[in-house]
Amino acid sequence: MMLGKLQVPPSVKKGEPFEIRVLVQHPMETGYRRDLNGMSIPMHIVDKLVCRVGGREILRAELGTGIAANPYLAFYATASESGEVEVEWSDNRGDTGRVTARFTVA
Amino acid sequence: MKRRTFLKRSTLAVTAAAVPALAQQPTRFQPAQDVKPLLAEITKGAVVDEGGIEVQLPQIAENGNSVPMHIKVDHPMAPADFVAAIHIVAERNPRPLVASFHLKPEAGRAEVSTRVRLAGTQTVRVLAAMSDGRFRIVQQDVLVTAAACLDESM
Repeated sequence: MMLGKLQVPPSVKKGEPFEIRVLVQHPMETGYRRDLNGMSIPMHIVDKLVCRVGGREILRAELGTGIAANPYLAFYATASESGEVEVEWSDNRGDTGRVTARFTVA
Repeated sequence: MKRRTFLKRSTLAVTAAAVPALAQQPTRFQPAQDVKPLLAEITKGAVVDEGGIEVQLPQIAENGNSVPMHIKVDHPMAPADFVAAIHIVAERNPRPLVASFHLKPEAGRAEVSTRVRLAGTQTVRVLAAMSDGRFRIVQQDVLVTAAACLDESM
């Protein structure tokens, strides 16, 4: 299980886009770097990330080595009723992470 | 004589060891690749319009390891006609396809922010796929003073 942070406004207006911000703690190792002994450091990246709002997928991201360490993503979502924002990701070693946040529709 | 042979042998040995090391050394500057095949793979020959996307990238990025990037496609997210995907392509990165974002109309706005790695001064392209099969592309130049993806530890 990996660490991550999710920021969602606590109350949103019905049908109006609100910003979702995600920060995942991950080295995003490119596979092109070498350690002090000259051995190449294997690639280790978060390659898939999915965001669901109220159980419905709103964004699916395929990330590559071109994303900076500790990937940060910000995007928008709309909702018609109160619910939960769920962000799930997995890296190329099969590790997964998940963060959730609740919001209410005012 | 002994010293002479030793010197000769050691010179040979050092040269032999150094030549492959030089050949293996990664090119310090990544050449810009032709990203047309990659773009064609995504668009599959569809018409690509220029413009219609707002890309916020710093003109000068001091550190290529983390360059903030904000993408906004000027298109409403109606259930029948929305922005289905946003692709970021950096021609000088070893893997040019930086990221792909697949959106649903429920997203409400075709806007994405992230932080990217850039291996040197280059042109970054953003390709947006509409739900009806059309595409939009914009390109923006970034000056990167310290490139990412290069071997920093050596």
